[in-house]
Amino acid sequence: MAAKAFQKIYTRINQITKATCALKATGVGYDELATVDGKLAQVVKIVGDEVTLQVFEGTEGIPTNAEVVFLGKAPTLKVGEQLSGRFFNALGEPIDGGPEIEGKEVEIGGPSVNPVRRKQPSELIATGIAGIDLNNTLVSGQKIPFFADPDQPFNQVMANVALRAQTDKIILGAMGMTNDDYLYFKNVFSNAGALNRIVSFINTTENPPVERLLVPDMALTAAEYFAVEKNEKVLVLLTDMTSYADALAIVSNRMDQIPSKDSMPGSLYSDLAKIYEKAVQFPAGGSITIIAVTTLSGGDITHAVPDNTGYITEGQLFLRRDSDIGKVIIDPFRSLSRLKQLVIGKKTRKDHPQVMNAAVRLYADAANAKTKLENGFDLTDYDERTLAFAKDYAGRLLAIDVNLDTTEMLDVAWQLFGKYFRPEEVNIRKEFVDQYWPKA
Amino acid sequence: MATKGTVSGVIANMVTLVVDGPVSQNEICYIHTGGDRLMAEVIKVVGSNVYVQVFESTRGLKVGAEAEFTGHMLEVTLGPGMLSHNYDGLQNDLDKMEGVFLKRGQYTYPLDKARKWHFIPLAKPGDKVKASAWLGQVEENSQPLKIMAPFLLRGTYVVKSVAAEGDYSIEDTIAVLAREDGSDEVKVNMIQKWPVKKAMTNYREKPRPFKLLETGVRVIDTVNPIVEGGTGFIPGPFGTGKTVLQHAISKQAEADIVIIAACGERANEVVEIFTEFPELVDPHTGRKLMERTIIIANTSNMPVAAREASVYTAMTIAEYYRSMGLKVLLMADSTSRWAQALREMSNRMEELPGPDAFPMDLSSIISNFYGRAGYVVLDNGATGSITFIGTVSPAGGNLKEPVTENTKKVARCFYALEQERADRKRYPAVNPIDSYSKYIEYPEFIEYISRHINSGWLDKVNEIKTRLQRGKEIAEQINILGDDGVPVDYHVVFWKSELIDFVVLQQDAFDEVDAVTPMERQEDILNMVIDVCHTEFKFDNFVEVMDYFKKMINICKQMNYSEYKSDKYRQYKEELDSLIAERKVG
Repeated sequence: MAAKAFQKIYTRINQITKATCALKATGVGYDELATVDGKLAQVVKIVGDEVTLQVFEGTEGIPTNAEVVFLGKAPTLKVGEQLSGRFFNALGEPIDGGPEIEGKEVEIGGPSVNPVRRKQPSELIATGIAGIDLNNTLVSGQKIPFFADPDQPFNQVMANVALRAQTDKIILGAMGMTNDDYLYFKNVFSNAGALNRIVSFINTTENPPVERLLVPDMALTAAEYFAVEKNEKVLVLLTDMTSYADALAIVSNRMDQIPSKDSMPGSLYSDLAKIYEKAVQFPAGGSITIIAVTTLSGGDITHAVPDNTGYITEGQLFLRRDSDIGKVIIDPFRSLSRLKQLVIGKKTRKDHPQVMNAAVRLYADAANAKTKLENGFDLTDYDERTLAFAKDYAGRLLAIDVNLDTTEMLDVAWQLFGKYFRPEEVNIRKEFVDQYWPKA
Repeated sequence: MATKGTVSGVIANMVTLVVDGPVSQNEICYIHTGGDRLMAEVIKVVGSNVYVQVFESTRGLKVGAEAEFTGHMLEVTLGPGMLSHNYDGLQNDLDKMEGVFLKRGQYTYPLDKARKWHFIPLAKPGDKVKASAWLGQVEENSQPLKIMAPFLLRGTYVVKSVAAEGDYSIEDTIAVLAREDGSDEVKVNMIQKWPVKKAMTNYREKPRPFKLLETGVRVIDTVNPIVEGGTGFIPGPFGTGKTVLQHAISKQAEADIVIIAACGERANEVVEIFTEFPELVDPHTGRKLMERTIIIANTSNMPVAAREASVYTAMTIAEYYRSMGLKVLLMADSTSRWAQALREMSNRMEELPGPDAFPMDLSSIISNFYGRAGYVVLDNGATGSITFIGTVSPAGGNLKEPVTENTKKVARCFYALEQERADRKRYPAVNPIDSYSKYIEYPEFIEYISRHINSGWLDKVNEIKTRLQRGKEIAEQINILGDDGVPVDYHVVFWKSELIDFVVLQQDAFDEVDAVTPMERQEDILNMVIDVCHTEFKFDNFVEVMDYFKKMINICKQMNYSEYKSDKYRQYKEELDSLIAERKVG
């Protein structure tokens, strides 16, 4: 971005920290972009004539006499059909060797949808994974993260979900992703022949961390283009939002803000909500669904990032390794899809809600029996049966390698009920029991 | 001349202005930038530097931009025509806004100036009136709304004339008042204005509340009842069902007006209300739920400063209806988001932080707000009430955090949602032992209940609470000693508490029948369960106990799913009786 002739060039920086620099300048707008020594920066604070800039690439090597040019606009992305199939960096510049995008230039991080103009999400997104479709059904326009430890296969599950879901576009926003995972996504998408409906904004661990603050807004601006202008169903994948929050913490720390819980900025909730709330069902048919990843440290969900995320998103999906079956499962206790009520038993078979609850309740009984066993107590016959059920249930339904349609999932659940229990032990409405209980 | 200001600094939504005249704390001003007018509120004054919080995005705002002060605080416009409307936190009518996306600087009028209302006079010339006196009445959605003397009137006035019965718009003069000596003539129309951060105190007295407010939720009505004009709060980690419980209460509660403040929460939850309430029927009046509902939506992606305003806007609207003698239920989801908005601002102003970086005066802000709810006797002897229930979203699910702790000091009902119950799908996940209603101890309430339900009611309620606690203790003992390690009797006591849990406490908010339980049916359920608890059964071993009670729980749940007193219901009741007879001793 070269300076235009009429632009004023500043060359006196007063203060430099690892992420910001400050100088005296006038006529500068809040949120405005600038270049500092050729590096992109954004205005984060104006006090009188003192302007503080956040330098996305980091301030390494910036001299106090660096050239600073204000660009007179907030960060933008050029949008158009040409985005499809392309890979960009966090600043929206192509990194796949292809040409620059020509299209309408829009400011990223644009306004919110008027809540009264939203439509209630009502379309089921099938993934084939029973831990999701049966227990935590996804709906278009929903926002939901995977809560997972860094060693869990969340990116693989997410890639699977993305490819199986019936959507028009997939937008991948990668923040602090390892280069290996980036190549993994690229491979999976091109092997599936899906590359032409995918747009990617990639910030890897090799890129400067502050840059990743732009990734979600870039991805969602592209998503809004397809969902609003083209009425398409767009699925946005954001991985990993914990890296995003870490970048927020870095910047707020450099600006001497008082940290709240876990060294995160006090505005973390609003910052995350602004991103996730872009998930929406538009009245004209387009929709934005967000599936994100929040990595945990040692499964701790009370940490500020997963905690605030949980209050914003419409549920969360927990991955856990089940030692009984030696596979990764979607944990039915801690996982939740808040919007599932809008589709289960309505878009799926009527017995869905009750079957789902009964199976989870029995799985909980199995967990109690396990505790008893570990404490060295005798198990009752019922305990033994719940344990056997739990193993079957985990292997045939909860494991992430399952691929069934919802009706098949329900049938499997009834089979398991019939195999291990008596009708009065499952607590399901009698008419469903009469209809679906496996005949001896 | 109105005071003017010039922008001298911008940090996110906190802007500093240099002003040329007097300003007051909390005064509203508008900042001009790029053709937009951004509304802002004064939060701190240092010499001629004024700190304001802007209710909009400050993108592109430059030093030197001009601002004009309005001379008044943030206020709401009150009048007929607010029911079934959807407002933002600043009372802009969201439906009147153009386009799918919210535009910066777009403000819309909350009332309808063109609509005619059928006015019936209540006062007559010569009447002596004070502020808030009822002058006349119009009807909106079959709710009688009073047209009152201006809230800001000071001292006694005499009614000089009142409009005759007929159709008027909100700006038409419907009465003329003047001082007794004829001076200071005041023309009254249907519109009132009130600053949101000031409590309305236009009532004679505020006695202790005592009337049960029926919600149809058993774990509230039966176990920890809330009253008309009472306060309660629902803290809980995410995923424990705060919103589902709140929606259930707002759908089913026996109130004239329901105001829902969606404060910093998910937009899709508000959409659920927009979508469902116009279809759902108020179980008490048979009219559509939306007709009695006002939604204040400041969802989490809307500007933070307006989030703080939204709860005050909602409370002020509630106070307006209370001064007409109506029963108002106000729900705020969630008050933690409001506290966080205060924290963000306090942080930007570089105030010394209190616990968890919240502002030091958080405690007094919360208690002042809860204090605005209540049951009141108006000057004319009529009564009105605001029942306030707020949710709290404690960070990390830990109830030892400032917002929960400070709310606990002021709210009289505590409905603690528990992760463990939610994990076991025992919904509503209200912890029966930690939760409480202080109203149960009020002599006024005890007297009311013995007149309206029966005199043995509270004893029974206390008994199930004791039994639940005993059940929990035994469950812990069984965990330590094993099933065989405790006498069979212990298992019976434990399973009786499970029966209470499954049949009284647990309730399926998504089942058509089970979702709402009228008081009469709650009485039946409680009696049925207590009878079982008082029955002695004969068992040889604990497996028998378990199997037997599981069967019983299953039958009782089927009853809960059946239409009250239907054939099916009676059938299950018979089934239950014969099951009891099987093992009953004596």
